[in-house]
Amino acid sequence: MSFSKFKFDKKIVLSFWIILIALIIAAPTLLPVFRLNLLGRYLSLSIVALGVDLIWGYTGLLSLGQGIFFALGGYCAAMYLQITSSSEFPNNIPEFFALYGVEKLPFFWEPFRSSVFTFFAIWIIPALVAGLIGFLVFRNRIKGVYFSILTQASLLVFFNFFNGQQKLINGTNGLKTDVTQLFGQMVGSESMQRLFFWVTAIIVIASWFFAKWVVKGRFGNILIGIRDDEPRVRFTGYNPVIFKTIIFSIAGGLAGISGALYTVQSGIVSPQFMTVPFSIEMVIWVAVGGRGTLLGAILGAVFINYAKSLVSEALPASWMFIQGGLFILVVTALPEGVLGWIQGDGPRNLLQRFGLKRKIETYPSLEINNKAGNNE
Amino acid sequence: MNNKDLLNLIDITVSFEGFLALNKLNLNLKKGELRAVIGPNGAGKTTFLDVITGKVKPTKGEVIFKGKSLVGRKEHKIARLGVGRKFQSPRIFENLTVKENLEISVSTPKSPLNLINKSIKDEQLSEIDRLMKIVNLAQKVNSKAGSLSHGQKQWLEIAMLVGQKPDLMLVDEPVAGLTDEETDLTADLLKSLSGENTVVVIDHDMEFIRRLDSNVSVLNQGTVLCEGTMETIQKDQKVIEVYLGRPED
Repeated sequence: MSFSKFKFDKKIVLSFWIILIALIIAAPTLLPVFRLNLLGRYLSLSIVALGVDLIWGYTGLLSLGQGIFFALGGYCAAMYLQITSSSEFPNNIPEFFALYGVEKLPFFWEPFRSSVFTFFAIWIIPALVAGLIGFLVFRNRIKGVYFSILTQASLLVFFNFFNGQQKLINGTNGLKTDVTQLFGQMVGSESMQRLFFWVTAIIVIASWFFAKWVVKGRFGNILIGIRDDEPRVRFTGYNPVIFKTIIFSIAGGLAGISGALYTVQSGIVSPQFMTVPFSIEMVIWVAVGGRGTLLGAILGAVFINYAKSLVSEALPASWMFIQGGLFILVVTALPEGVLGWIQGDGPRNLLQRFGLKRKIETYPSLEINNKAGNNE
Repeated sequence: MNNKDLLNLIDITVSFEGFLALNKLNLNLKKGELRAVIGPNGAGKTTFLDVITGKVKPTKGEVIFKGKSLVGRKEHKIARLGVGRKFQSPRIFENLTVKENLEISVSTPKSPLNLINKSIKDEQLSEIDRLMKIVNLAQKVNSKAGSLSHGQKQWLEIAMLVGQKPDLMLVDEPVAGLTDEETDLTADLLKSLSGENTVVVIDHDMEFIRRLDSNVSVLNQGTVLCEGTMETIQKDQKVIEVYLGRPED
């Protein structure tokens, strides 16, 4: 497979940005608040997708456990909101504790009284957890399908653990955020949701630039090198363990930010964020959008989720079939995803097939040599 | 073993579940030497490289490189000590351009922080230019390495090896699949590298080895059968029996 670095025309890039910024500014007035909120949520999901693209599309690490880091970010945000909005409840602690007869706040809640701590915790805690899991796995040279299974198993461990902790974090019920207060306003209120939309849009763009910065240049080339031929990277004097740990940690941090933004816009965080299908869906967004393209991850996350909500409204229960079909279609027909197909020669090849465009002359030997190079 | 030796392999034994891939192999390399290693299939040539580069840990024996033991060190640490390796089939990064491939090899220090933070140094860029001229890839700077011809890929990998500035270069079958002309050029290139660098070349191609005009070690069943110039080993009865005498060679 080839991941060609396609350069868009400068004018196209500029007009793309103008349209994008105009849409972001206009969206809150154009869309009803319900739709706006959905769009905001899907935009926040595109941040976790960016992380998946960094680790899978660039580095070749297929993680099926990004839900862990996503949920951790969500819990950090929700704990802050709950603890700072608990003054009218008994013992000045969040309401749900009373259900289980807890009178003293568990110790790990204490630092979440601080907004500064929370601001950092949202991305640093998931990044540290990812870094730790990643380091242990990568150091033991666990790769490929074993890595995927291990991340999924970790996800299940976290899921079951969080489900069982009623007295600490309200277990299965999760933590509600929509009735909490932030800056003296209800988090679930319309004005707050508009604000969250803008914040999300800005963070998505910032994350995108950050991810582009990470993969450009030599660091990104080493990631691609690890994906394509890890032993070769090692024999050139690089330690792949460190590079993989760093990128997995970055993806974890992005997942945390994503989870926090998703939580405040959907009104609740619960262990449901750590179900197996949800983490697999994250991979599907990236596969459909286009691996190794970054933009494809964002577009994939937003469009698939928007399609999901539209289809589910019109034809309930049919979405799973459509999503499965979409995934199969992409894997078989567009292995590089929609954006990868566009950036490659996809559209031209299609036009050629229908005789609408002249074939370009190529050296057949290029193709042959490409394959010969992979033989051992 | 003496001080002029760059590498000493002492009684190396590698056992894969009872099968002895290497059996008490002893081999010494002087600084600046060009050494060819030949042997029939299964003689242990590639395992021999695997042991030096840290891919395979010897069951018994010692590998001394620049006075330090390499046994038990990780591959990337051995590479940083100055051991470079070129693989049998060209192992280059096909999705990166020729230049990006060479950047990976010449960049130092090889830490993530250096790579993400700083741009490549000027002297490293001029080193890349020099390497691309040596291997005739200057016109292909920004082409995907995957689009190169087989011979060009072999040369790119040799250039990557040189760019690493290793004290010891291990070159595994550099002329497999090359045309006669390319083979000759490769032989000249490797010869020009020795002297300053220590080079070990592994190959079956007798014409190519003859052209290298170097000392030859013959491996058979995991041990060194014979060492000497091409003429000496061609007269050696044992060598003729196990290797040269076979009609398919």
